[in-house]
Formats: sequence, C-alpha cells, structure tokens
Amino acid sequence: MRYCIKGGEIINPAGEFQGIGDLLVSEGRIVELGKNVKAEGAEIIEAHGKLVCPGLIDLHTHLREPGREDEETIATGTKAALKGGFTAIACMANTDPVIDNAAIVNFVVEKAKREGYVRVYPLGAITKGLKGVELAEMGEMKTAGAVGFSDDGKTLMNPAVLRSALQYSKLFEVPLLLHEEDPELAGNGVMNEGYWSTLLGLSGIPAVAEEVMIARDLLLAEETGAKVHFCHVSTKGAVNLIREAKQRGVKVTAEVTPHHFSLTEASLENYDPVYRVSPPLRTEADMFALRDGLKDGTLDVIATDHAPHSREEKHREFALAPTGMIGLETALGLAWTNLVRTGYLSKNQLIQAMSTKAAEIIGQPGGVLQAGMPADILIFDPEAEWEVTESELVSKSKNSPYLGMRLFGKVETVLVGGALKYFNQSFIE
Amino acid sequence: MVKLGKDLLGLRDLSVEQINLILDTAAACKDIFKRDIKKVPTLRGKTVVTLFYEPSTRTRTSFEIAAKWMSADAVNLTVSSSSVSKGESFVDTVRTIEAMGVDLIIIRHALAGTPRLLADSVAAHVINAGDGAHEHPTQGLLDLFTIREKKGSIAGQKVVIVGDIMHSRVAKSNIWGLTKLGAEVTVVAPPTLIPPEIESWGVKVEYNLDRALVEADVVNILRIQLERQTKAFFPTLREYSKLFGMNQERLKRAKPDLLIMHPGPANLGVEISEVVSDHERSAIREQVTNGVAVRMALLYLLTGGGSKDAVLH
Repeated sequence: MRYCIKGGEIINPAGEFQGIGDLLVSEGRIVELGKNVKAEGAEIIEAHGKLVCPGLIDLHTHLREPGREDEETIATGTKAALKGGFTAIACMANTDPVIDNAAIVNFVVEKAKREGYVRVYPLGAITKGLKGVELAEMGEMKTAGAVGFSDDGKTLMNPAVLRSALQYSKLFEVPLLLHEEDPELAGNGVMNEGYWSTLLGLSGIPAVAEEVMIARDLLLAEETGAKVHFCHVSTKGAVNLIREAKQRGVKVTAEVTPHHFSLTEASLENYDPVYRVSPPLRTEADMFALRDGLKDGTLDVIATDHAPHSREEKHREFALAPTGMIGLETALGLAWTNLVRTGYLSKNQLIQAMSTKAAEIIGQPGGVLQAGMPADILIFDPEAEWEVTESELVSKSKNSPYLGMRLFGKVETVLVGGALKYFNQSFIE
Repeated sequence: MVKLGKDLLGLRDLSVEQINLILDTAAACKDIFKRDIKKVPTLRGKTVVTLFYEPSTRTRTSFEIAAKWMSADAVNLTVSSSSVSKGESFVDTVRTIEAMGVDLIIIRHALAGTPRLLADSVAAHVINAGDGAHEHPTQGLLDLFTIREKKGSIAGQKVVIVGDIMHSRVAKSNIWGLTKLGAEVTVVAPPTLIPPEIESWGVKVEYNLDRALVEADVVNILRIQLERQTKAFFPTLREYSKLFGMNQERLKRAKPDLLIMHPGPANLGVEISEVVSDHERSAIREQVTNGVAVRMALLYLLTGGGSKDAVLH
C-alpha cells in the first residue's frame, strides 16, 4: 500500500525535514517527505491541523505474558500501546517464567509477530531468575531478539554481580536498565517517606533509598564504560546526581514515567491502592525536578512502566496491594497536557523523549522520519480534549488513576511498518 | 446543629465543634458510673460488631461494655492474621458481616487506612479502633476528655507526648485533637522515632525529656513496643528508659500539678516506673473509665443520637 499523509505538521527532531508538509509511504517504508510530495497512486491521509511524528517507543512495558495472561497479554498490551500512539515497546523480563533465556525471548518474539499490534522488543533478565546471583545468557538472548537487559522490579544489590554484568554487556553493546531502590532503606515502606507518610501512618520509603543506588551505579557506569539506563527516576536528588554525572561526561541515560511527572504523594490521601507504585509517588518538589530534568536533557526519555494488575489484587488494603499502574494509553495525553501545554517541553523535545532517544538507547530503527526508514508513524491531534474512561481502555487491566480525567492530545492514526493499524481513532483489524 | 459524619476514622477529620459535642456527650454518659444499674435502653435494637484484626483486650472490652450499657447487641469478631495472609478478601469479609444487618462496625487493623476501605465498602457506620501508625481516635478523645476533666480546659495546656511518636497512632490522634483545641504540644523521642515533618502539624520536637518537662502541664507517656526492636531505633531498653523513662526523679523536677497519662498497657520500669504509674497525679485508671464514657457517646452520636441530654434516657 502507498499512503500519502498530507498537510500535517511534521515533528521530526532527528530528521532532515520539519514543518508543514507531506509524507509518502510505500511498501512499508518512508519514500519521501517534504512540501508538495507527489501522491500519485497513493491513498491520501488528511492531516491538516494534526502533528505527524515518528511512532512512540516505550522502553518500559510489563506485558505480563507469559504467566499473568489474566492481567495482560502480548495481544492486549500491544493493542493498548497502539491506541496510545506507540509503534514499538520494550517489554520487561519479570514474567513467569522470567525472560532469562533464549527460549522465552523467542516465545515473546514469535507470539508478538503473530498477535502483536506493534513491534515488541524483549528485554532479557540480567541475572537468572532475577535473583541477582548468576548472569543470564545475554549473548543467546540477544541473538534471539533481546535489545537490552533488566532485572526490573528488583535492584541488583551485589555490586560485584552488577559490575560483572556491566563489563560483560560491552561485548554486545546492549544497555542495562536498572531499577534503583535499596531494599534495606526501603524497608517495609509502601509510599514516599515524608509529610504524607506521617499523616497516613503508612511506612515510608525515603528518597535516599533510590539515590544511594543511583550514586553507586553512576560510579560503576563510569568505571566500566558500559551502557547504563536508569528506570523510572523519581526523586530530585536522583535527578541532581545524574545531571552532575552527565556534566562530567558519564554516559548514562534515564527515564521518567508519566505518573511521576504528573502526580504526587498527596494523591494517596484516601488510601486508594491505584496510586501505589514502585518507586512511590513523591513530593511536588520532586515532580517539578523531574520536569526540569526532562527539559534540560538530564532525563532522556519518558517511559510508561505500564504495569497491569487485576481488580481483585488492587482493590484491597493499601499495603497489601501490588505496585504499579497502567500507562500506555494515557502517556501521550499526560505528556502533552503536563509538559508541552505548560511550556516545559517543546514539541521536538517531547518526540525526542518519547521516540527518538528511546530508539537510540535500544539501538533499534525508529524515532526519525527519513526516506528509507520503516514507516512507523503517529498522527495526533494536539488540540483534541478527551476524557479517560474505563470502557475506552483496551488494556486488559483497568488500574489507571486517570479515569475521569480530561487530557489534551488524542491519537488519530498510527502506521506500523507502513501498515495502517489505527485510523481516525479506530483499529483496522 | 453540630453532627458527626457516618464514620469516625480519625481526629484529623473532626471540627472543634464536633470534638466538643463528643466530649460533652461523654460527660453525660459518665454519670452512669454512679448508678446502681448501669444500663440504659438508648441503643436497643442496634447491632454493633467489633472486628479486630489485631489482638486487644482493653479497647475491645471497653467498646463491648459501652455497647452493652447502651443496650446494643454486641458481637465480637477476632480475625487471626493467618486468615489475612491466606488471602481472604477483606472487602468480601466486611460486606458479608454487613449483610447480617449490622448497624455499626468497630475495626482495629495493623494496616493503616483499612478502616477507610471498610467505610467506603459498607453503608454501616464505622469506628476506627486503631489502624497501624495512622490514628486511634477513641483513645485520642478519651485523652482529651481526661485532660479537660482534670485541668478544666485544653486550650493553653502544655502537653508533652513522649515515646515512639513515629509508630504511635495514639500520638497522632492526640496531636490532631490537642492542636485543634489550642493546647501547646511537644513531642519527645529519640530522633529515630520522630516521624518526618511532624513539626508541620504545629508541634514542637524535643529530644531531651527533662527540658520538655520543665513547663509541662500534662505528660502522655507512650508504650514502647517491645516487639518492635528489629530496626535498631535505639540500642537497648535500658538506655531508652534512662533517657526517656518517666520516673520519680523526673517527677520531682516537674511542675507540682503535672498530670500523668499513659494509654496502656504500660511496660512498668521501661517507659514509666510503677511509682509514677500509681502516683496521685496519675490519671491512668481514670483514662480507662473515661474510655467507656467516650465510646458510649460515640455509639450514640454516630447511630443518630442528637442531644447530649437524651443520651441516658
């Protein structure tokens, strides 16, 4: 199929052409973009007043398959991703069984090819069974399709194991995505330690529990020269540590989630477990420090940490509910509403943070609109205001704190590899 | 007219007028202790359940007596923590209890916020009898009642709360109530047991008990949880007792009319010596009596009672 996307504003921070123009797609790839592109033989996709940009890429999705198909599957998770404007997602290894060998990587890759709505890049475990002891077979997994490695959900506490993993990862030039929270300092904490933990009587996780790990691993990243990426940075102190390290030339990258830049610990006032996440929602000062970190490039990407949970598991005593919230379908709206409309990020910076830099970190195509590149394209309406409703969410789980909230920025149309998968807010099956 | 809401979950939620209504009603209830026959028909036909997920004899017995003297039918349910870990759904459990026609549920739970989940799940009234390190509003109210009774008023009183402020729901409810009613509150504990940002509640923080006691009108001594020694908040009970224990020496240096309080049960010889506990300035036994009166008042007010004068009729 040939498509010509006409008259939209092309947001393309890493490409050669930007601005109002047309984009021609044929046989899965971008053929041409610019002003007045000839559209002969192509189906026209009208995009006046819309933004046309590289498809979004999420570095942090929990697809739950294999193991918890009642909460999410590769099919439902990628469908949610597509609806949220993503054309590719990296999925975390903490499934059951854990993605810690080539066979499971292969299972995910093959299943995603058959059932997935968007590209799926598995992340393998750094250590076998996420136990933090023995290295998992990085080379085998990379060959099977893993694009990076992460023990997300757990912190690699043994610095010798992590150092070894970092050194070994250089063999394959793959990033290690680190979840950073000292479990001893976190204790039995269930929320941020501070004013609200005192008020609610819930055990607190101090910001320093994250910061001591980031401080340690910045040193290990510097020493080994390996590719270190920090997952879901949540504190002002952590942003400062990463900023200082980058200033002295340490090559690390970092992500922030939409919930950490849009919510604070005050949301926990009624003990609603939908707000229980790891790391916890922090203070307003932290939230604004995260926005500043995105603005000045200290934080490279926005990643969802999409974490589906069943209603039965979430609707209970706060401290017994699992951590995590879904995020794929609200990420763009939250970023547009909280970051672009408020002036924190330009349109270009937003697309860098949600697409271009994510592609660079995992070393995969995408993130740029350029002739010859796979046609992974998002068209969205920045002015459209919409309400998040449970019935509209296609994720299998509905644990979103944004139900009832109004957001700006609505996904209109998505092409994955040149195929029209979502058109005028409807799935093309 | 001042009224209470559907539930009593914490003193943070109450207005000064609501607190005074409860204290005034409790004062009327206290008359019953002078009577030969301590039973009034006020709550006849009402069913009250105490649902305790943590062991407790004092608080539960106090509620049970309060309910029985008011002629409510009281049922006690103690849920072992093992059935919680087995994964029985809390929401399912409480909806089952409510379906049996219960008017009011009194809950104690180790996890903060669970009374809120209960109140949101059922139409019955809910009283929080202590949830984690959050609040213990009936203890807070009986402490306010005791201070008011002994000192005449609460406004302007200098109240010292000493002990594990961090994990104490009693301290939290006391602080909300006392500051609302105009007392000057100082919390005393080792820095490891001072909760973050407690100063923002309008209290002073002091590490030195002797310094805090100089001006104090009231000292409320919290129980040190002997079972909570895992995190090394302080080295030994002996050192704690020396620095933060209320003993005769400290009592001698305090104001002569210092009111001594303790929510019980006390670790005698640790946070309070036996002599101080039994001292004529100690209101510890009276607190227990007042607890029944306050709980009678709450059962009455929450289930629709209005005038304090009607409570015993």
